[in-house]
Amino acid sequence: MKFGVIVFPGSNCDHDAFYAVTANLGEKAEFIWHDSASLGDVDAVILPGGFAYGDYLRCGAIAKFSPVMQAVRKFAAAGGPVLGICNGFQVLVEAGLLPGALIRNRGLKFICREVRLRTETTDSPFTAAAQKGQVLRVPIAHGEGCYFADDRTLDELEAEDRVVFRYLDNPNGSLRDIAGILSRERNVMGMMPHPERASDPLMGSADGLVVFQSLIRGQATQPRNSADIEAIR
Amino acid sequence: MTSTITPDLIAQHQLTPGEYRKIVDILGREPTYTELGIFSVMWSEHCSYKSSRLHLKKLPTRGKLVVQGPGENAGIIDIGGGYVIAFKIESHNHPSFIEPFQGAATGVGGILRDIFTMGARPIAVLDGLRFGRLDDPQTGPRNRRILSGVVAGIAHYGNCFGVPTIGGECAFEPCYDGNPLVNVFALGIAKKEDIFYAKATGAGNPVIYVGARTGRDGIHGASMASAEFTEESKQKRPNVQVGDPFMEKLLLEACLEAMRTGAIVGIQDMGAAGLTCSTCEMGSRGSVGIEIELDRVPQRETGMSPYEIMLSESQERMLLVAEKGREEEVFRVFRKWGLEAAEVGIVTADGKLRVKQHGQVVAEIPNRELADEAPLYDRPHTPKPPALAAPRELPAADIQRALPALLAAPDICSKRWIWQQYDYQVRTNTLAGPEAADAGILRIKETGSSVAMSLDGNGRYSFLSPREGAQLAVAESCRNLSVVGAQPLAATNCLNFGNPERPEIMAQLVEAIEGMAEACRVFETPITGGNVSLYNETLGEGIYPTPVLGIVGLMKTAAPVTIPFKRAGRSVILLGGAGTCDTARFGGTQYAKEILHQLWGLPPALDMDYEKRVQSAIREIVGAGLAESAHDVSDGGLAVALAECGFGPAGIGAQIDIPSDLRPEFLAFHEGPSRIIISTADPKRAAAIAEKHGVPAAAIGVTIEGSMEIRQRGITLGSWELATLKSAYDGALESYVR
Repeated sequence: MKFGVIVFPGSNCDHDAFYAVTANLGEKAEFIWHDSASLGDVDAVILPGGFAYGDYLRCGAIAKFSPVMQAVRKFAAAGGPVLGICNGFQVLVEAGLLPGALIRNRGLKFICREVRLRTETTDSPFTAAAQKGQVLRVPIAHGEGCYFADDRTLDELEAEDRVVFRYLDNPNGSLRDIAGILSRERNVMGMMPHPERASDPLMGSADGLVVFQSLIRGQATQPRNSADIEAIR
Repeated sequence: MTSTITPDLIAQHQLTPGEYRKIVDILGREPTYTELGIFSVMWSEHCSYKSSRLHLKKLPTRGKLVVQGPGENAGIIDIGGGYVIAFKIESHNHPSFIEPFQGAATGVGGILRDIFTMGARPIAVLDGLRFGRLDDPQTGPRNRRILSGVVAGIAHYGNCFGVPTIGGECAFEPCYDGNPLVNVFALGIAKKEDIFYAKATGAGNPVIYVGARTGRDGIHGASMASAEFTEESKQKRPNVQVGDPFMEKLLLEACLEAMRTGAIVGIQDMGAAGLTCSTCEMGSRGSVGIEIELDRVPQRETGMSPYEIMLSESQERMLLVAEKGREEEVFRVFRKWGLEAAEVGIVTADGKLRVKQHGQVVAEIPNRELADEAPLYDRPHTPKPPALAAPRELPAADIQRALPALLAAPDICSKRWIWQQYDYQVRTNTLAGPEAADAGILRIKETGSSVAMSLDGNGRYSFLSPREGAQLAVAESCRNLSVVGAQPLAATNCLNFGNPERPEIMAQLVEAIEGMAEACRVFETPITGGNVSLYNETLGEGIYPTPVLGIVGLMKTAAPVTIPFKRAGRSVILLGGAGTCDTARFGGTQYAKEILHQLWGLPPALDMDYEKRVQSAIREIVGAGLAESAHDVSDGGLAVALAECGFGPAGIGAQIDIPSDLRPEFLAFHEGPSRIIISTADPKRAAAIAEKHGVPAAAIGVTIEGSMEIRQRGITLGSWELATLKSAYDGALESYVR
């Protein structure tokens, strides 16, 4: 399987995501520069953590105008899996690919620590290899990770089983303890915690690997119609 | 070039009449206003080390693995496998007092540029912080503001740049009230053949300016850092630069990519003294001249004078020399990263720094004299030992109450409130982050080895004896590395002192350097660079002499040996034994500070030969996989160290009994070095290794669930629920900050 890791100016977890899927899982990956008009032949896209465009104005607010986001939109529309981690989640929200917003942590400070996540659904290409209710130890590192949306949106997310992960010990004030959500079509996921940082027991946890393993397993068992994807590129 | 230099103007530039005469001698004429400014920053204490240089020569700087010693932007050592690490420590004390957030942020920015200008990608930051007391009714509110601002500034810059802040230290004393210390250590990695130097060569080669535009910020920052604080210093806020970590991140990526083109001859960042320092130092190192035209320097503001452009300390700027004819290769990379790059001048053969504006020469100074022949002072140094008598009689100790009080003391308590604001994991190399193990550990993915690093210094010890304080700092830093199994390799130092023009302060500096030199020889950790920060005084009040050591070590990549006990029923061994102490050697301890509110006598006694054997023993024990946990005894002594071993997720404490004849509070809280607590399933093998190195490995107890109990010859000194101790330790800093 081949992952495409988007590199915005200011992305700083791009190498980490790349390393997690290549060195730890033996898959292929390539970096995709933010002004690329095409994604090439990748099977899944990762928007990594960092501070795209310095997070100036608002996290993800400038990144959404990057040329590559047009290609990401098309890829997602054709059913390709798109994973936004931390800053990547913020970009997806700003780009309108996921609902809601990520606002300043309730404590107003950047927080770096391990949190426990409960896997709320396995009906997604990102959690198919996990168990429902499985608790993952994964780190967070963000200043603006408080998930916020109006009640209707939150109700809808829950009714449609689109909340993927919830914090067991909510670190940032996220509404309804939401740590990660899915798009309506379930092929776009954003999550504030960093699964790529929990991808090696040496680093303290390998629980995050299940997210990437789910993608790999999904790709192996259900090859997408590559002609369809090719057509929209 | 007409001159209007008056004695007043000379004094305003902090140049002495003698220094001014030397300038006139070098030039063979009166300097212009711009030249005066250029000399004043290059010959400031901060840039020229004019008070310390004579003594810094006493430090050992060479070693088998040292690729680059002092004199470059960072020291470099070989870690094998074709890779090197570059590392250095810098202070940003003065700016952090005036504007804590930006002062600390740009301190991080400056040291990161020092690392990547050598071709190394920064992979770790540690910070050594000192503040005034947070709970002082008078100064507390301001100290809390400074602490919050400094921490937020470090987090802002490091997190966005994408370098993990994996450790450091933080202490609080009234002497840092008006003069906080912000020392930032950074470390980077490069392939050995990819090292770059800040050296200009090849007459005719273009000089290229890249990065942020030059503005009026930070003018005279280096001179400000070379003066005491007065009431007027607060008005120097415009002298503090403003940092843009996003720009720095782009600059990092662009510089590393541009270096790979092979078109770059030399490169230096613009830090203290900005364009002035980068041009004359690069010229001096290469024995060439540099000519620049200021009209071509990208500027953020209009109407800037040559003086302002040359002295600006605007951040995120680099100066590089490219190979003639290959400029476009360099420009292409910077364009890709959206950065401005401009050819501002050329390398010449005449050895001079020639600055033009609108085609007119506004400054012309020989590079070597400017950069390397600053005045050198052998300032008088007369030791004046602190007259602090020991109390005639120590009050009866209550160990049961003292331990929780010490665990909540600002110097000892958990610094989680600070380090949780730092991203300590980005780049996924952090095997041991803040407070996890005695040293920070980073794996090097490229080589299969890991680098351990530790930052240490103790102002109280150094105040009581600058010589012994510096030696204790070297010993502790090396011990911290050894505890995680790493072999100490090399060091960088940050020397924070008061006004060197006062003989008693100068004596502290000389003593500390000599002590450090001796210790670095014993522990075989050459100093590969560092920083001297003098004039750390406010209204005539000097700080404690505070030498801070950053030492790096190397080890095989493996699961780290961390501080907490893991399982009940394990043997607890005190490698190095209970140690000795008398009243005089107890006066610098945390017990003396927090319980007795006094400071007297001498720091703990250090036997460096013995210490070295203890360190060899622990490295071998850890290397053999025998230590389930390991933690050295330092601030707060044995009881505090034992409690810290009990704060792991498993909730395992210990039952300890020590057959010692020391006074109970000495036994529990003396801070004698050369002692390490380990828990092990195989005490016999651990003891055998210790014996081989000629050090005791006293079996002092056994790990148990949920509590800590300390006895002396069967008599209980204290018994605590771990949860009580942990809440004192965990919650203290946050309660002070609120």
